[in-house]
Amino acid sequence: MSRTITIEPVTRIEGHARITLQLGEDGRLEDARFHLTQFRGFEKFCEGRPYREMPALTARTCGICPVSHIIASNKACDHLLAVDIPPTGEKLRRIMNLAQIVQSHALSFFHLSSPDLLLGWDSDPATRNIFGVMRQNPELARDGIRLRQIGQTIIETLGGKKIHPTWVVPGGVSEPLSAEKRASMLKLLPEGLEIAKRTYAFYKTLAPKFKDEAAHFGTQPTLFLSLVTPQGNLEHYDGVLRVKDAQGRILEDQVPPEEYGHLIGEAVEDFSYMKFPYYKPQGYPQGIYRVGPLARLNNVQACGTPYADVALAEFHMLQDSGPIVSSFHYHYARLVEIIYGLEMIERLLKDPAILDTRVRARARSNRYEGIGVSEAPRGTLMHHYRIDDDGLITWLNLVIATGHNNLAMNQSIREVAEAYVDGNAIEEGMLNRVEAVIRCYDPCLSCASHAFGQMPLAIELRDAAGRVVDRLTR
Amino acid sequence: MPRPTPQPNVRVVTLRIDDRDLSAREDETLIEVCRENRIPIPSLCHLDGLSVWGGCRLCMVEIAGQGRLVAACSTRVAEGMTVQTDTERLRHYRRTIVELLFAERNHVCSVCVSNGHCELQSLAQRCGVDHVRLPYRQTPYPVDSSHEMFRLDHNRCILCTRCVRVCDEIEGAHTWDVMGRGSDCRVITDMARPWGESETCTSCGKCVQVCPTGALVKQGTSAGEMVKDQHFLPILARRRHAQ
Repeated sequence: MSRTITIEPVTRIEGHARITLQLGEDGRLEDARFHLTQFRGFEKFCEGRPYREMPALTARTCGICPVSHIIASNKACDHLLAVDIPPTGEKLRRIMNLAQIVQSHALSFFHLSSPDLLLGWDSDPATRNIFGVMRQNPELARDGIRLRQIGQTIIETLGGKKIHPTWVVPGGVSEPLSAEKRASMLKLLPEGLEIAKRTYAFYKTLAPKFKDEAAHFGTQPTLFLSLVTPQGNLEHYDGVLRVKDAQGRILEDQVPPEEYGHLIGEAVEDFSYMKFPYYKPQGYPQGIYRVGPLARLNNVQACGTPYADVALAEFHMLQDSGPIVSSFHYHYARLVEIIYGLEMIERLLKDPAILDTRVRARARSNRYEGIGVSEAPRGTLMHHYRIDDDGLITWLNLVIATGHNNLAMNQSIREVAEAYVDGNAIEEGMLNRVEAVIRCYDPCLSCASHAFGQMPLAIELRDAAGRVVDRLTR
Repeated sequence: MPRPTPQPNVRVVTLRIDDRDLSAREDETLIEVCRENRIPIPSLCHLDGLSVWGGCRLCMVEIAGQGRLVAACSTRVAEGMTVQTDTERLRHYRRTIVELLFAERNHVCSVCVSNGHCELQSLAQRCGVDHVRLPYRQTPYPVDSSHEMFRLDHNRCILCTRCVRVCDEIEGAHTWDVMGRGSDCRVITDMARPWGESETCTSCGKCVQVCPTGALVKQGTSAGEMVKDQHFLPILARRRHAQ
């Protein structure tokens, strides 16, 4: 009899999800699916609200990456105002965005994924967590907590609070930076960079142990999408869109973010509250692509900061040629980006113009449609608003970083399950590997929730052995 | 209750509020005496310079010898009066009133332009409203953003009528009014026309400044940026009554 294995909840990710593995009569995998099980409804209840509320409102989507939404939302509002924000305002926004990337990457690597890497996939799940890491390698755990704290402190110093700051506003930022605040942030950076470099060096010694996982964790070829600078370097705040294929060919380049609709279509499936974005020219579901640290580093020639560029060169050597295809190397890419983030924050803070007091442009709405795109820790984030004559939202579309990776995540769990799950003798460690490939993507599901039409209600009847006897679907 | 015009020859009465012996002019209300003597008493509809409305019921106090509670804003002092402003019973009622206000409309502080500068929010904090025990009505209300300079969000309106009174009594335009009954009541401009189309509104902004919440705000403000200034009101009120 065929069986369904359900992994619920998927642990050590942000948000609520379930994985189902459908096994055939011979115990071999027939299908694998990643389900987002929570519904939020932001794209509906934001309708009718003033566009200036959007940065604060949409930031409530998430407590981990609110700054990313604040940045993308304010950029969409800038677009509605049709203004160029003052250069210092933009630099200050960049600092906050990078601090967010540092703290979020630290959370993903140290708190959520390092238990698998340090303690082992098959270790006791009761201790396979950050507390287990603290016992086994307290220095690493301390480094992770401190690094995250440094990112959060920079956000708080700039915005007044760590989570959901309201300092970034349409047109720039609400207050200029003081010399005291700049000094306090600069003081944090050497320690942060030291931790980042130490962790990177440690990970390079650790990674070779996971050759087998790296060979099975999402290695099927996909496209890569990210923002890059017009010169093709690493970019998290602005820039142009680039799409590269698994062979390293650039399919799309210099695409203004406002034209994302030409590149990306959004499909829906009835088994998940997450949309399935796809690369339009290749259609659905063939147009599968990945975003996030792996895609960003695959898409660029250089980071533009000294240590990060060295690390980027080493990252590109993980494979003989072409873009790095294994999703396992998201971890590696994340550590490179932490180094980049801290170096770039330091560079921006040392710019004398950062203390300029002209940080905000003021205007009324001058467009009916605004699109803001930035790079969130998990990938390219798009906020798209339409407003009426009075500045009230009539329609909005949020294309969330995690959503871009949805097709790839589904493909990856299938690949991992095929490689590791033996339907006739299931062990916890096998299923943990299926979860672990999801953790590579560091999905933020509370952000990616979306509903299209009515979700089906599914009832499963199982026998004492957990076998599905009957299934009723509305 | 119209705003009393101070009379030159009024008697002074003595009374006891919260176990303190106080004296006051006999034409004063309890809330005025409390505020003169730094006795905290909450209110969302009363504002120095405007007529008394007595609608929010947050300033209810206990008077010895009277079974029912009275509103301090609409009760004149009297000789020998003994008043309690902060009893367990009053605290319970005040907290409940604030919770009812939150449950009735959609006051989402975190994204409000008045966040951190809102009278309802700070009162809720003082009353210890850490959660609302009543089910929210969740009724959607529209936002009128048609005015060039200001915006009205009915979701955040508590129907205190300060806007109605300041527009009528101080500005003399009487643009604002209240329409409907019960929980369907709404403040309106002119004959329920969009604010931006109002022919009587002078765009003076007094209604925005006296509004205790984020219901009436300036356009162009982001979350937490709307700080209101009501200092103009007693000055203008005195000048108007002196005419």
